[in-house]
Amino acid sequence: MSGPSTYEPKTGFTKWLDSRLPIIRLGWDSFVDFPTPRNLNYWWTFGGILAIFLMIQIVTGIVLAMHYVPHEAYAFDSVERIRRDVNFGWMIQSMHANGAAFFFVAVYLHMFRGLYYGSYKAPREVLWILGVVIYLLMMATAFMGYVLPWGQMSYWGAIVITNLIGALPFVGDAIREWLWGGFSVGQATLNRFFSLHYLLPFVIAGVVGLHIWALHVPGNGNPVGLDVRGGDDGKKDTLPFHPYYTVKDGFAILVYLMVFCVFVFFLPTVLGHADNFIEANPLSTPAHIVPEWYFLPFYAILRAITFDIGPIDAKLGGVLLMFGAIAILFVLPWLDTSKVRSMRYRPLTRWFFIFFVLACFGLGWCGAKNPDDYVLGIEGFKFLYFGQFLTLYYFAYFLVVLPVMGIVEKPKERPASIEAAVLGNNTNAQPAE
Amino acid sequence: MTEENGALDGHGEEPSRRDFIYIAAGGATAVGGGLVIWPFIDQMNPAADTLALGSIRVDISQLLPGSEMTVMWRGAPVFIRHRTEDEVAEARDVELSALPDEDARNENLPDGTPALDANRVLRPEFLIVKGNCTHLGCVPTSQETNAGGEYNAWYCPCHGSHYDKSARIRRGPAPENLPVPDYFFESETTVKIGLNDEERANSGWAVA
Repeated sequence: MSGPSTYEPKTGFTKWLDSRLPIIRLGWDSFVDFPTPRNLNYWWTFGGILAIFLMIQIVTGIVLAMHYVPHEAYAFDSVERIRRDVNFGWMIQSMHANGAAFFFVAVYLHMFRGLYYGSYKAPREVLWILGVVIYLLMMATAFMGYVLPWGQMSYWGAIVITNLIGALPFVGDAIREWLWGGFSVGQATLNRFFSLHYLLPFVIAGVVGLHIWALHVPGNGNPVGLDVRGGDDGKKDTLPFHPYYTVKDGFAILVYLMVFCVFVFFLPTVLGHADNFIEANPLSTPAHIVPEWYFLPFYAILRAITFDIGPIDAKLGGVLLMFGAIAILFVLPWLDTSKVRSMRYRPLTRWFFIFFVLACFGLGWCGAKNPDDYVLGIEGFKFLYFGQFLTLYYFAYFLVVLPVMGIVEKPKERPASIEAAVLGNNTNAQPAE
Repeated sequence: MTEENGALDGHGEEPSRRDFIYIAAGGATAVGGGLVIWPFIDQMNPAADTLALGSIRVDISQLLPGSEMTVMWRGAPVFIRHRTEDEVAEARDVELSALPDEDARNENLPDGTPALDANRVLRPEFLIVKGNCTHLGCVPTSQETNAGGEYNAWYCPCHGSHYDKSARIRRGPAPENLPVPDYFFESETTVKIGLNDEERANSGWAVA
């Protein structure tokens, strides 16, 4: 989609700069004149929202680092001091903590958008893979950031997750000690987590640059999943990014920020856990260790494996499956055999997708509950069994549904073009495959 | 001279000289790179002062039979329990085949030592084990607070692992027995946890 550049420098300075560093041209071609499918809906605004939240997290984080003390004796108190004594610290700390949650809400919606509209399919495989890399970096950053306040959940979350590494055969113990920098989670661990938590957002920003670069080669996908036509027809299928999508993205960003502000100002701790207002104590484990909500589905998958699988014991099996749940996203472009991108035209797979989304929410529910409790109080129906069933469905969606449905499903009739889909002129409709 | 000309146009008898330079330069770069990277990886391993803090002395003179204490060692809890005769008898009245983990997990004894209670204690009345569940590291609760689980000893509330009177795993997801740290009795009432080589040689540990 990156055709010939339409930028024309007008003043003497911009002409001079353009022949030396064409940075204005890059911005113009990427965010002003960039041809964008004219049928993008609001599910396409989360990319912009995510960019804003990356900036919010970096700016608030740099400010917090001016007041935070990465020491096991002072970390907890320094965060409380930020919340009580530092000028506007109450607001900036709340923006950072809630910002992480809103960052994950946006990234999950962005990912479900990609799954529903087939954004991962050719020619956007590298774009999708870079997105999964960003997601992994976000998870590492969020996990280490949650340790920094050094509350009970911070500490015990770090203990549990680092102990997962110990499940690896042969090298597990050595790697765990290397991560800890000692014989348990302690000062060395906290200090290095702070260092890496400061570093990784800038790595994310770099990969986001690659993500946008990879987006601007094929251009945006769109809800009907058709390619933008070549030649003059392509102009009928697209609109310039500015003003059409700067305004649409801007509106979505404002609405999202309003919801964000409700949490920052009126519900600042509602997404947190009460135990994290108790300072870390290595001698006392909280009754019920839970990760932050955005990790709950993976926590449920981890705990779903309570049985040995051949030579793999239950603990290692859970760890492998948890990482496998993310790793499978890397090969997703080659698991889905259907040529049809959008689920709008895949009548059966669409239902499997809807159940997939429900399964993800269900796994989150299981992750938050005690595995031995009963679902909705139904005698004998433990959350463990529910989580095992949903884990099975999660993997079956990728390993069975998507490969098989692409072959057996008859897609619905699709519009002739993006233009036809928008303007209702559906004479030359493409026959169903 | 013909050989040199041959090397220049790449078709001669001796391209191996230039190949050698490429391989040697590439090899030196790879090895050098590895040597430079290693310090930046190894700096994350426990530092010398962290390792030096590796031992503590605990006064157990006040620890009455049937009670226990928790001490911090290397940043993590260690359980010291003064067992009653009944508890010792219960711990010893267990078949090896009843244990999910048949290794004593005793740092004072060789790997693979059978997990008999006698291989987990230096003096039968004092059981000393590290206090982090071998599943994911939570601190198990104890019979002291009536939360000792099925074997009325230790129970990990996080994911439901039950340990017996010898702190061996009996039921639940934990894969191993609670490990016994290296320790010996410096005197009748003092236990030293974390030993140097000389102390280890004279600690009095032996496979039962």
